[in-house]
Amino acid sequence: MTPPVSPATLLLAALVIPYVGAALIPLFHRRPNIREAVTLVTAALLFLCVVGIADAVFAGARPELAGISILPRIAFSFRVEPLGMLFALVASSLWILNSIYSIGYMRAHDEPRQTSYYVCFAIALGSTIGIAFAANLFTLFLFYEALTLSTYPLVTHDRDAEAMRSGRVYLLLLLGTSMVLFLPAIVATWAIAGTLDFAPGGILAGKASDATVAALLVLYVFGIGKAAVMPVHSWLPAAMVAPTPVSALLHAVAVVKAGVFTMMKVMVYVFGIDLLRQTTMSEVLLYIAAFTVVAASLIAMAQDNLKRRLAYSTVSQLSYIVAGALLASQLGVVGGSLQIAMHAVGKITLFFCAGAIYVAAHKTEVSELPGLGRTMPITFAAFLVGALSIVGLPPFGGLWSKWFLVLGALQAHQIAIVAVLMLSSLLNIAYLVPIPLRAFFGKPPAGSNTNGDESGIQEAPLPCLIALTATAVGCVLLFFFAEPLYALVSAIPLR
Amino acid sequence: MTAVLPQLPVLQVVIPLFGAVLAGFLRRGAPAFTVALVATWAAAAIACTMLWQVIAGGPISYAMGGWAPPWGIEYRVDLLSAFVLVLVSSVAAVLIPFARRSVTLELDEGREAWFYCMYLLCLTGLLGITATGDAFNAFVFLEISSLSTYVMIATGPDRRALLAAFQYLVMGTIGATFYVIGIGFLYLLTGSLNFVDIAGRLAAVGPDQFPAIVAALAFISVGVGLKLALFPLHAWLPNAYAYAPSFATTFLAASATKVAIYLLIRLYFSVFGYAVDYAALPISDVMIALSVAAMFVASTVAIFETNLKRMLAYSSVAQIGYITLGIGLANVAGLTGGLAHLFNHAIMKATLFAALGCVFFRVGSVSLGEIAGLGRRMPITMAAFTIAGLALIGVPGTAGFISKWYLALGALDDGSWLLVFLIVASSLVSVLYVGRVMEVIWFREPTSRACIAASDPPLSMLIPLVVLAAAVIYFGFDTRLTAGLSGDIARALIGDLR
Repeated sequence: MTPPVSPATLLLAALVIPYVGAALIPLFHRRPNIREAVTLVTAALLFLCVVGIADAVFAGARPELAGISILPRIAFSFRVEPLGMLFALVASSLWILNSIYSIGYMRAHDEPRQTSYYVCFAIALGSTIGIAFAANLFTLFLFYEALTLSTYPLVTHDRDAEAMRSGRVYLLLLLGTSMVLFLPAIVATWAIAGTLDFAPGGILAGKASDATVAALLVLYVFGIGKAAVMPVHSWLPAAMVAPTPVSALLHAVAVVKAGVFTMMKVMVYVFGIDLLRQTTMSEVLLYIAAFTVVAASLIAMAQDNLKRRLAYSTVSQLSYIVAGALLASQLGVVGGSLQIAMHAVGKITLFFCAGAIYVAAHKTEVSELPGLGRTMPITFAAFLVGALSIVGLPPFGGLWSKWFLVLGALQAHQIAIVAVLMLSSLLNIAYLVPIPLRAFFGKPPAGSNTNGDESGIQEAPLPCLIALTATAVGCVLLFFFAEPLYALVSAIPLR
Repeated sequence: MTAVLPQLPVLQVVIPLFGAVLAGFLRRGAPAFTVALVATWAAAAIACTMLWQVIAGGPISYAMGGWAPPWGIEYRVDLLSAFVLVLVSSVAAVLIPFARRSVTLELDEGREAWFYCMYLLCLTGLLGITATGDAFNAFVFLEISSLSTYVMIATGPDRRALLAAFQYLVMGTIGATFYVIGIGFLYLLTGSLNFVDIAGRLAAVGPDQFPAIVAALAFISVGVGLKLALFPLHAWLPNAYAYAPSFATTFLAASATKVAIYLLIRLYFSVFGYAVDYAALPISDVMIALSVAAMFVASTVAIFETNLKRMLAYSSVAQIGYITLGIGLANVAGLTGGLAHLFNHAIMKATLFAALGCVFFRVGSVSLGEIAGLGRRMPITMAAFTIAGLALIGVPGTAGFISKWYLALGALDDGSWLLVFLIVASSLVSVLYVGRVMEVIWFREPTSRACIAASDPPLSMLIPLVVLAAAVIYFGFDTRLTAGLSGDIARALIGDLR
């Protein structure tokens, strides 16, 4: 059976559709129902295209779009490989759920500027797909910056003083790291390797001295600020001023995963894991990532604001992926790549729940939540599922990424990293799991306003519930049906 | 047609010159504008034809009045001059429809024809400097363009324009004087005024004459440095740009400093190149130091400017620093970056100033405090402003990224990681001043009444603006004309040097 459309055409369509959607949305500024329908149709079409491409990729094809040559040996071009495929699948599928969720959330809140909200969202997703399918560092960098710029209006959505202040932190840290560290690294890579195309086994091997490789590694790890390795993580908690759907899709999935995806891509296809293993600096950076894992978890424990706690949890979980890449072992790459998907589904569930709690009960602090489970049972059940998946317990998808990361650490003889992963799981349990448990079994804090109606169910609007239930179910499904994802990431060519 | 083709180098200059005279005699705005329009478009067509000729057949030499060089005045159009001619004349050609409404609004009754006369004279001067192969002839054109510029600035809607014009007059005259003293030294040394001829003769000058060469170099550097607003000789520029009529600012920002930079490159690489030992003289180091200072100091000043025209003027000083940095690096990648930025910055700044021209047209002010929320009132204008602003930062996908890419490569070739970081760090400073404006125009609610009532300007202003903004994006992807040609020029110039 041959597909009706060639994979290359689907690739082009996947890259263009979000931007077409972004162009159409403002036309229906005055008719919100049609406007949201455009978003949903765009998201659905994008997902269909991505699935179509995935079909071809599973069959062994690697669709390409040879674009225009921009500078000598640098083209604006795209090529699908397993890692990018995984990322595109995650981002495009979650966009649909997030759009449904957005409709419930934004309308329940009667938020202003909804049109520009949906436009920026579509542009951000288009940029994410561009990152996922970029064939070289230049193309990736272009969309990486576009993603920063298109999410900035979303972070500052509230337009009040705090939003603007956080927006500045967000923009300056992300643009700053990418311009001051990432860009010079790209320029130097081009000067050394003579190409920026991603290639199995890397493009730097045998071309640069150890010191240069070490310097480049440092520039990449801290220049890719979206991966939020400490100390360039503080933009992520700052971004939490955004509406919750933005935090959910962009700051748990698209933007942060674009960061770690770029990191993984650079480690595998620019350095190559063989070169990485020979460099002492990769070990140093590995310990910095491990430090981030633990330190961010510790900070998360001290946060009372639910979204901030989740943000620090994200910082911690992202460094799992960075560590997976820096382990420079085959299973580390597998584990890190799986974590991109598993953490995305788990964390978006948690953010959906946080938003639902805010919409239905107007509570933002962890200390206000005990007892709330009785009025919002679905939300907190989903929260529990998401939390357990993040911790890495069966039967939830998060288990698999932790599993392979531990194996990868063993394969690389990094016992210390195994210990860090274990410790971190314990910390995850400590700061995530009690939240739903106390909601169900705890007593409401004294003096809290429970609106009298103790027994009544007060859940968030239906679209929100649909979305958070779907992602919670997704966490379970990813445990039982992880095989295709594993097949995808184990097809990442390492040499 | 075959009879016209050999005369193109002189027609390039003569058509705007006669246009200027005609516009002056016409006395009325509308016919004078038509003359300016026709003359500018003709100049652009000629420049593009000559670029095509040069690419196909090498440099064009034209003996003025039939007197053979080096005795007569030679017009010499090589790749570098054709590149700058195309830049200046095409930006002018895109911009000129913009002038009609903007000039009518901003100038006093009855001065429009004079304004177009001065504009065409200025264009004549700028094209002349670029086309001529004669050092003294270049001085004459330098003065023509400068004097007409003073007049254009002085016609600005604000009375402070007079002071700004006077300030520029004083500085510009000093610059021109220094330039002519430098040329005098060269004439004394070589007995020639023809660039190519001087270069050949300088190579034969004995070591005892070196101090004279160095003196000539110093005078010319300072003189031309003043004209191109090389930090710290830039003091005239912010006021001149801020108070001139919008069209004049837009045109000058895209062309005047660029032509001065052309002259510097011409003299450094094609004339002194043979004679001056660049390793012995710290020209590169001085140039790089001044450029980096410009990039940081001027950008920092821009952050605190509330008059957006002044802010962009300071930004120009900083961006000129990138171009001169490429000259200072004096390697192929660096010079390519500098030349590409010459082109890209011209387009970016033309877009930005043209957008401000539209803002002034609708709102009557370009002060940061009075344009809050304008993004929703003038979406196309502000979108163009935003695109060019991003290019100023050097966001990939815009023209500004391409030049910074080459400059960074040039710095890397120079072995200087520090310089690479300084280049990228200075873009971060531009994030601050561009971002500040973006916040105000997009994220605030309109406050002033003019702002609430504003809308995108008439098509005659909007179309040039959109074309320029599209070019900013286009040249971020298609770099054959910018970086490609710049690379060829840089290789030729540096080849000359060795």
